[in-house]
Amino acid sequence: MARPLHLQPIADVAPLVERRELTAEALVRACLDAIADANGRLNAFITVLGDEALAQARTADGEIAAGRYRGPLHGIPISIKDLIDLKGIPTTAASRVRIGHVAAKDAPVIARLREAGAIFIGKTNLHEFAFGVTSEDSAFGPARNPHDPERSPGGSSGGSAAAIVAGMSLASVGTDTGGSIRIPAAACGIVGLKPQRGDLSCAGVVPLSPTLDHVGPMTRSVGDARLMYNVMRGAAREGAPQPVAAPPRLGLPRRYFLDRLDTEVRRAFEATLARLGDAGCVLEDVDIRHAGDIAPVYLHVSLAEAARYHAPALDTKPQDYTKPVRLRLELGRYVLAEDYLRALHGRRVLRAEVDAALAGRDGLILPTLPIPAPPIGAATVPIETGSEPVRSALLRLTQLFNLTGHPAISIPCGTTSDGLPCGCQIVGLHGHTLHLLDLAEMLEPHIATPAGTAAGGR
Amino acid sequence: MELDDWLRAALDDAERRGLAELQPMLDTLVRATRALRGADWNDDPTGPRDRPAAPDPLSNPS
Repeated sequence: MARPLHLQPIADVAPLVERRELTAEALVRACLDAIADANGRLNAFITVLGDEALAQARTADGEIAAGRYRGPLHGIPISIKDLIDLKGIPTTAASRVRIGHVAAKDAPVIARLREAGAIFIGKTNLHEFAFGVTSEDSAFGPARNPHDPERSPGGSSGGSAAAIVAGMSLASVGTDTGGSIRIPAAACGIVGLKPQRGDLSCAGVVPLSPTLDHVGPMTRSVGDARLMYNVMRGAAREGAPQPVAAPPRLGLPRRYFLDRLDTEVRRAFEATLARLGDAGCVLEDVDIRHAGDIAPVYLHVSLAEAARYHAPALDTKPQDYTKPVRLRLELGRYVLAEDYLRALHGRRVLRAEVDAALAGRDGLILPTLPIPAPPIGAATVPIETGSEPVRSALLRLTQLFNLTGHPAISIPCGTTSDGLPCGCQIVGLHGHTLHLLDLAEMLEPHIATPAGTAAGGR
Repeated sequence: MELDDWLRAALDDAERRGLAELQPMLDTLVRATRALRGADWNDDPTGPRDRPAAPDPLSNPS
């Protein structure tokens, strides 16, 4: 039986909307029904824009009927992480600190989506101020994983990922400072793109760590990610797929990145490598010499920059933060300037090493997460013969590419025996997000399992 | 600043501000800072090391 239309990729639904075989209003109503059914359990949304979305849908249907079709996003309901400004709507950042805020204008990436005719169905839940990787510390309660609501959807863009899986929106816009698009994408079984640093404007986005912040799409397919990315960068008519020279060559950084993986995550990833090998990919071992320095470099950059931004509110209204986020922000205030500058130098070293690993290749391949989605509230998770703090485990394989700026995408690559999604991460050459998308789209049939459609979980 | 002195000062400051819960987090941070300071890519003003300079990503905004 065919999946309901509001659970399908934009690329499959858009032609129906263009041909008026499906109205935008019907699509919005289907998403709103999904929200009514499941948001109470999943807490994916902070603000649902039901009336506004229906009004936008009727306008879209009128324009399309009059022959003014804007393109594949016209009439498509999408959600926006509540860290990004949508005109006239609060940007809460999932925090009481922001009570009373209303966005005066759209963030530039949102303005481009609006111009393309996208319909904004709501603002999604997140880890407070994006400063976390589980989406459980939120003034509005934790977001939950549609595959198992007792588990985290990942973070910080967890509500966005949950919304897509549960059919509440066909795509979402997230942010990624250490992995916050890719982590929930992998944890929930969807596609998440962190473009090349600087490709997409972060104006109108509440900052966390400006050196590391990225904006990007979360979608059901690589093709949808390309569509959203091109619109968001103001090049809706550009960026069509280009062939990748065969055979595609991928670097596999085994040391550090594959050292400690959940047994089932390892199984799913190795099965993915086997499928790619059978499909003709050339897989070559590479090494990131200073991989062991990634975590301390990331920690000093992110803590110091986040603490700088939040210092005024930490002084005047510390009680308005969730306790865990407040403590980590306070921690950042103790980072010395000399160590922050050391970390920036380390960032340059790591950038050169990733560039060297990519030389002569189309990309790198590694898991997105070393573990499946962790239980909500867990401080540590078992992994192989030991355990690891949840936060460091979830960041371990993604944060490097925030430091270096390389584009990176997560694609679902199987599930555990409990049905929890696993993600495969492809990293592209610096400055070449479109080539990464070409590569990812070429590899997707060999990597991907269908995005989860758990409408509310079990 | 020597890390042991830094840690003592940070712990005293956190205690004074009613943030004693920061102690284990400060312990974790100081371990990370030791690792950062001990990295072999740090500059050594006592004499040039025979290694190529890393490119500066800030000079290539993309």
